[in-house]
Amino acid sequence: MKKPEKGKRNPLVAVVLIIIVLVWTIPTLGIFITSFRESSDIYGSGWWTVLPHKDNVKTGEIELPADTDPNKPVEIEGRTATFEQWRMGVEFEDGRMLRWFGNKRSRKIEVFEEKWVGFGANLTLKNYRDVLGGGMVEHTDSEGNIISRQGSNFADAVLNSIAVSIPATVIPILIAAFAAYAFAWMEFPGRRPLFIIVVALLVVPLQIALIPILRDYTGWGLNGTFVGMWLAHTGFGLPLAIYLLYNYISTLPRDIFESAYLDGATPFVTFVRLVLPLSIPALASFAIFQFLWVWNDYLVALVFLGDQNRVVTSALAAMVGEKGQDWHLLTSGAFMSMIIPLAVFFGLQRFFVRGLMAGSVKG
Amino acid sequence: MPGTDANLFPVFRRFSMSGNIDSNWNPFALAGLVVLTAVVLVGGFILLQTVQAYKVLMTVFAVVWGLLSTALLFFVLNAVAENMPRKIRSVSVAVVFAGPAVILLFWALVIPTLRTLRLSFMGAYAREYVGFSNYEFAFTDPIMLESFRNNLLWMIFGTSFCVIMGLVIAVLADKSSREKVFKSLIFMPMAISFVGAGVIWKFMYAYKGEGINVTEIGLLNAIVVAFGGEAQAWLLIPFWNNFFLIAIMIWLQTGYAMVIMSSAIKAIPGEINEAARVDGANSFIIFSRITVPYIMPTIITVTTTILIFSLKLFDIVRVMTGGNFGTNVIANEFYLRQFTYGNSGQASAIAIILLVVIVPVLLYNLKEFRRRRVLK
Amino acid sequence: MKKALLILLSLLLIASFVLVSCQKKEEPAAEEMTEKAADDPYAEVRGTVVTMSGPFTDNDALKFDESIKSFEEMTGIDIQYEGSKEFEASIGIAIEGGNPPDIVDFPQPGLLKNFVQKGYVIDLNKTLDMDKVKSNYIESWLDMATMDSPDGKIMAGIWGRVNGKSLVWYNKKEFDAAGYEVPETWEELVELQNTIVSDGDAAWAVGIESGAATGWAMTDWVEEMMLRTTSLENYDKWVEGELKFDSPEVRKAIQTVADIWFADGMVYGGRKSIATTSFGDAPKVMFEKPPKAWLHKQGNFITSFFPDNTVAGVDYDFFYLPSVDPAYGRPVLVAGDIYAMFNDRPEVRMVMQYFATGASVEGWVKVGGAISPHKDSELSWYTNEVDRKVAEVIQNATSVRFDGSDLMPGAVGAGSFWKEMTAYVSGSKSLDEALKAIDQSWPQ
Repeated sequence: MKKPEKGKRNPLVAVVLIIIVLVWTIPTLGIFITSFRESSDIYGSGWWTVLPHKDNVKTGEIELPADTDPNKPVEIEGRTATFEQWRMGVEFEDGRMLRWFGNKRSRKIEVFEEKWVGFGANLTLKNYRDVLGGGMVEHTDSEGNIISRQGSNFADAVLNSIAVSIPATVIPILIAAFAAYAFAWMEFPGRRPLFIIVVALLVVPLQIALIPILRDYTGWGLNGTFVGMWLAHTGFGLPLAIYLLYNYISTLPRDIFESAYLDGATPFVTFVRLVLPLSIPALASFAIFQFLWVWNDYLVALVFLGDQNRVVTSALAAMVGEKGQDWHLLTSGAFMSMIIPLAVFFGLQRFFVRGLMAGSVKG
Repeated sequence: MPGTDANLFPVFRRFSMSGNIDSNWNPFALAGLVVLTAVVLVGGFILLQTVQAYKVLMTVFAVVWGLLSTALLFFVLNAVAENMPRKIRSVSVAVVFAGPAVILLFWALVIPTLRTLRLSFMGAYAREYVGFSNYEFAFTDPIMLESFRNNLLWMIFGTSFCVIMGLVIAVLADKSSREKVFKSLIFMPMAISFVGAGVIWKFMYAYKGEGINVTEIGLLNAIVVAFGGEAQAWLLIPFWNNFFLIAIMIWLQTGYAMVIMSSAIKAIPGEINEAARVDGANSFIIFSRITVPYIMPTIITVTTTILIFSLKLFDIVRVMTGGNFGTNVIANEFYLRQFTYGNSGQASAIAIILLVVIVPVLLYNLKEFRRRRVLK
Repeated sequence: MKKALLILLSLLLIASFVLVSCQKKEEPAAEEMTEKAADDPYAEVRGTVVTMSGPFTDNDALKFDESIKSFEEMTGIDIQYEGSKEFEASIGIAIEGGNPPDIVDFPQPGLLKNFVQKGYVIDLNKTLDMDKVKSNYIESWLDMATMDSPDGKIMAGIWGRVNGKSLVWYNKKEFDAAGYEVPETWEELVELQNTIVSDGDAAWAVGIESGAATGWAMTDWVEEMMLRTTSLENYDKWVEGELKFDSPEVRKAIQTVADIWFADGMVYGGRKSIATTSFGDAPKVMFEKPPKAWLHKQGNFITSFFPDNTVAGVDYDFFYLPSVDPAYGRPVLVAGDIYAMFNDRPEVRMVMQYFATGASVEGWVKVGGAISPHKDSELSWYTNEVDRKVAEVIQNATSVRFDGSDLMPGAVGAGSFWKEMTAYVSGSKSLDEALKAIDQSWPQ
């Protein structure tokens, strides 16, 4: 596989790329920083205020005499301005800014100066601790006893997510690869209409399948099981998988199969020994998307898995608090739940770039 | 040479079981294998259900069991099929290959779709038949009409931007030295769940309001204010708020387009580009005359999948605006009607319409397959 | 070669089986069988499990579990409650999927109505001792629990908890420091608003954003004003769908709200921020230093959104939203949780009967966070000042009416009413358009 000419490193390309990537990453960066802030700060000021910048820092207070009339221009330290102007802040030549604190009933003036406000103001790991620990829920009862209950362990949720995601990724790929190969290179009755149906199913919104499948699971005793999740995700992921894999497998050169056939291989052997290894780029591509999709899925887990073996998405949603008052926990939660999918992506990345023709016809 | 049919599925007539391929399975061994498979499947399942402790061990066991069971199943079924009498052997094998997929799909998707079709002709509580009135409603209700318009925006702009950006980035990254880093960063948003994305973009578009000493906490507003402008309630702006939401989808999905097209670009034999360069072509010409046509099948595939995704998308809209302020989309309306209002008739009609809308795209795709077969 | 591989595979699998099975298997939680006295009235139900689901979680779920403990110990029934986040979606799927919990807590009767009409809910008239139930609630509660099913009208559920909505919260410390006084009448409230504004601040903190449920806070305001500007009969008719939204009464109520919300400087952040500010974030500005707004009307659950270090009665307090027209008395808008039964078994019946008594919620009331609708509950149970005051407000109300949007059919109460009001407030629709759209959406 020929490497692209690296000699021609166009600086323009690099610049454009850097700009694009920067714009792309800023939202995520914002959340990353936010996840380290106190919940009260999150709502009070933008996340960029954590970075070093010049800001007004309060350096003092002035108490006005109680009989000051705010409805008339007020004189403070030699400057006269209306109440509205004082409220917005009046700048003095010596670099100070004086601002009226509160409304007309207060008599307090705050003095500000511009100073460099450094990094590390008020950062905390509390959000991460709360998410990892699952949040302790407690209250004091009528006798003054503190009753508490540990929320579900995040580590457990991660294990559950793994238990659901890995098979729910590999099984569809396996089944789809077999099917795609069959549709592409084998003959059987009804092949064409079946294929059209399969691809047409790409459109079906999975919500319409939830209730029928649930009914079946209840009858078969698969409710709340991992197997139920695997089957459901497989069913939902098969159309796309077959579509993508068919596109790929159907473009494999005919000669490969001819040589295999001449060597006396059965379809199964051809599939396992030739098609699968050759299709690794396509398999890896789909694996990434399916894994991400299953890992981040909330609705299917909610319906079929319930609360017994919570996955990461459900655990996070539960942490938000009944009416959503702890939504700041989502900032750290979102990040922690990103780690594993990203690891999977990096791990599988090298498979994307395998050559198509590498040593295939020679065998 | 096996016949080369110019139809959709080239076939090796004699590939199906020539005389000298014979299965070397003793029938008893085969039967034993089948039993073993059954035991593995059922036993493992029961085990998973009963043992609650040792989370890590059980997780590993669950994964291993799940994967091995499937592989084992295919292996065994194939062995059985290969042992079938010669006449039906090839069909049996094909059935084993495609069967599991087809059966699963019928159960998981086809039958529910048929059920939905039936429900779409019934009333809200599925007690009586109401003919086409649900469809009438879907095409005349102002909220639905607005949703159609919005979905059009999502389909056109969302898809094209995703594909174009993905292509551009794939091509550019291919030429750069830090390719992996760039691609990973563009891909990263895909790893974020919809809920996480909602939180992230809430911080981008946040609007605090007008008044004295109001500090904006949304990045977009902060930038606007820093340049002297007035903060806006972005998600409230009629019509344009759709684009702000589409931006989120682009942010999330471009990574997908980029990854697929990037591997397609890498599959272009280097000699072609070299030859073109020798002939004096510059990068742009290479891009438009060689690269794009070469990976056109991939572009079509990616476009199709993103198009379909944009039609089914509702999480973003639901989380950011709830469908208010003129941002409603069909899939969101479906969700509302089904689960919030409890009107399964109308919801089903909406789902069927979604399906029907996509048919032209699928037909086009199939035509493309056929065309490519013949030309190759 | 193939065979060898296969044998290896099978051995591997068997080995893993053996390994895992040899571990100590955890006993599935077995119910403790307490002594079976010969005349144990609960012998039949001892050891049984009743599953329950609802929208409350965390702290509230803990309090619930604590408060039913004594019943569980007495009867041996294990009540397993599981709260759910996406309650409305997941409960619909569970019920229609054929897998409903035994008892479900619905925060909105409208949602329950959907299921009653599809025939999933069990008629309590046929399963409970209705005399006992009827004697423990005032008429309105019983009326609101009666719904239409395929078999005629049934008693669909019983009320477990209520919360009051006609409450205006304020930052008590700052209020007192600034010298403001709690208003008793509407005129005093208007005067207070104007004073605050002329003092330079915004009077109200309002936010109606709530994701897919955006707008419900506005509908609460409209319902409050309906109760205060027109008769109870009209309110009831309106909720039933007989009084159209596009009518002078409803318009007047909405106008009363708009007079406050859209007036210059009256709401923090201005009109545009109302639809983009989340309902939970809105009151936070009251606790900033200095406070940027001073009044916030909301149900009593909002206290869990106040900053952690604030104390009820010291840092914050509430006053009753005054009546606008004294002719209509002091109505109180309430909401509540109604418990419905989906599976009929003796133990489920017993639990439902228990929920119809004040004792079922006594523990919760005592630790704060619940208000009981039962006649046999006592004001002395309330240890939380604010809760007791709310309970008192409800008790001393001349009339009590349930949150209208919760009673209306889902397509309106959780749909067009919310959405059209949001559109009106954000300015994207005129009032005429919004009202027409709501009327049109009323299911036939």
